[in-house]
Amino acid sequence: MASAKTVDKRPLSPHLQIYKPMLTTLMSITHRITGAALYVGTLLVAWWLFAAATGPEYFDFVSGIANSKFGRFVIFLYTWALLHHMLGGIRHFIWDTGRGFELPTVELLARATIIGSLTLTFVVWAIAYAVRGAF
Amino acid sequence: MVELALPKNSKISEGKTWNEPEGKGTWREFRVYRWNPDDTENPRIDTYSVNLDECGPMVLDALIKIKNEIDSTLTFRRSCREGICGSCAMNIDGTNTLACTQGMDEIKGTVKIYPLPHQPVVKDLVPDLTNFYAQHRAIEPWLQTETTPPPSEWRQSREDREKLDGLYECILCACCSTSCPSYWWNSDRYLGPAALLQAYRWVIDSRDEETGKRLDFLEDPFRLYRCHTILNCTKSCPKGLNPAKAIAELKKKTVERRF
Repeated sequence: MASAKTVDKRPLSPHLQIYKPMLTTLMSITHRITGAALYVGTLLVAWWLFAAATGPEYFDFVSGIANSKFGRFVIFLYTWALLHHMLGGIRHFIWDTGRGFELPTVELLARATIIGSLTLTFVVWAIAYAVRGAF
Repeated sequence: MVELALPKNSKISEGKTWNEPEGKGTWREFRVYRWNPDDTENPRIDTYSVNLDECGPMVLDALIKIKNEIDSTLTFRRSCREGICGSCAMNIDGTNTLACTQGMDEIKGTVKIYPLPHQPVVKDLVPDLTNFYAQHRAIEPWLQTETTPPPSEWRQSREDREKLDGLYECILCACCSTSCPSYWWNSDRYLGPAALLQAYRWVIDSRDEETGKRLDFLEDPFRLYRCHTILNCTKSCPKGLNPAKAIAELKKKTVERRF
């Protein structure tokens, strides 16, 4: 018979380890990760604005970092995180109205978010380079 | 609380291979989670081979065949074998579903079977669903009224009755709740999709007169709002119901009543 001790030592059945990865789950976790990344990215934007308000020398210093290869890479990721999180927000807004819960629509929304965020990121950067040249 | 790794006593090791394919036939490999409360071993994965030519089409048929012919110690719940009792809910091929309605032809290669995820295991494929049932009770799943009961039954229009379609069919198999990462991390405070779908079923029942009280109970950062619309619930429901939509409607109700 199951004693209290038996109940105590019951194992926990596996979860993340065995559950089939799905696009919808992936979109949920990336929405969170991009949201968290935006905190950091927005702090960097604030730092850049702070530099602009401080004076030309400090601004040149921060701009130098932003214009470096690494700086641009970070800004590129920030752009994607921002756009991905924005599209995710729109997706969640549609759901908040009680619409878009049919499984085909759910899949469509997930695909649209990921394809949309990547496309928009490249568009934004193409425009930026077109307007500013290679800085 | 989020704990990605399994506790020490829950880590799974390789178990034994009970039989090999022999003779002609369509042989399929089954890898099944085992845990015996009567010894001190950790859970393990045992391997069985089943000749599908001599077996029914569903995963439950194979499990019953294994229990009858290969290993009588294999433990699992089953009853109706037609998708209405919810007993044989388990994780098959990475998704929660009912073994009795899951066709083996829909699974490629080895059939991997685990108990419903993130639950205490009683034995093998049998999870302890005490908490799950307690949550169902917590939403008070019965008709509550103030007015004097009518001499016969409480009447309902056809339209009002139709609002319960897609909700009353829930068999409480726990596939949805145990597929939900939010439920995995917060099942002590988050009610989970199954209980919330039931809660919505009573909130929109035209005969129920405690809608306000029900919404008061649900309007909580954890009980209702731990749902982050991950949608594992709707994807796993073996009855084709939509708990995620029911939860969204509940969220709408808690907001709408402020205006």
